[in-house]
Amino acid sequence: MSVQVKYFASLRDRLGRAEDRIAASEGMTVAAVWAALWPEIPLPPNTLTAVNMEYATLEQVVRDGDEVAFFPPVTGG
Amino acid sequence: MKVELRDTPFDPLLELGFYQASTSELQGRFGATAIFIGTMRDHNERAAVSRMTLEHYPGMTERHLRRIVEAASREWSLLDALVIHRVGELRPDDPIVLVAVWSAHRAAAFAACRFIMEELKSKAPFWKREDTPEGSRWVAHNTPG
Repeated sequence: MSVQVKYFASLRDRLGRAEDRIAASEGMTVAAVWAALWPEIPLPPNTLTAVNMEYATLEQVVRDGDEVAFFPPVTGG
Repeated sequence: MKVELRDTPFDPLLELGFYQASTSELQGRFGATAIFIGTMRDHNERAAVSRMTLEHYPGMTERHLRRIVEAASREWSLLDALVIHRVGELRPDDPIVLVAVWSAHRAAAFAACRFIMEELKSKAPFWKREDTPEGSRWVAHNTPG
């Protein structure tokens, strides 16, 4: 089971890359995806998360083929 | 209803006039048009800003803009709406966003225009990076309004 991960804006700059792919396990949450990829870096406060381009909670369970995104508060308009 | 991202400068008043004139469903029916235009300043949080870059999440940004306009259409009796938002590189005085709403009467147009703008600022995935004399910085949060 594989999940595509994307980072945007200041978070992408801080991490030094725009995307990842991770072999996810059954029942893995959005929070667990972050922890598996960045065990040394706590998820910055106020980080927003999306699954398949819909806002998601950290507790949401991911499925095979999902696209998970992490990004800072939005500042458009 | 139209939602569009632009990666080059645009003239909001020309866009508004063209869209209104070319939308046959509006002709003879609207009594109120409310518009909001957001424009890039040459300063922010006590620093001069010479350039701004607007990043977005392709796919998610368009989806959420459409959803915000649809929510406004459910809440108020609207005839039409147009949202154009810039991405890419901007200079001071460049328009960032146009929100235009047409309705039969002013209350719906005013309220829906405000709603779309506030929802856009809190939900549509855009991020601003500013170039200042001290270097480039990400805008951490929006001003209260």
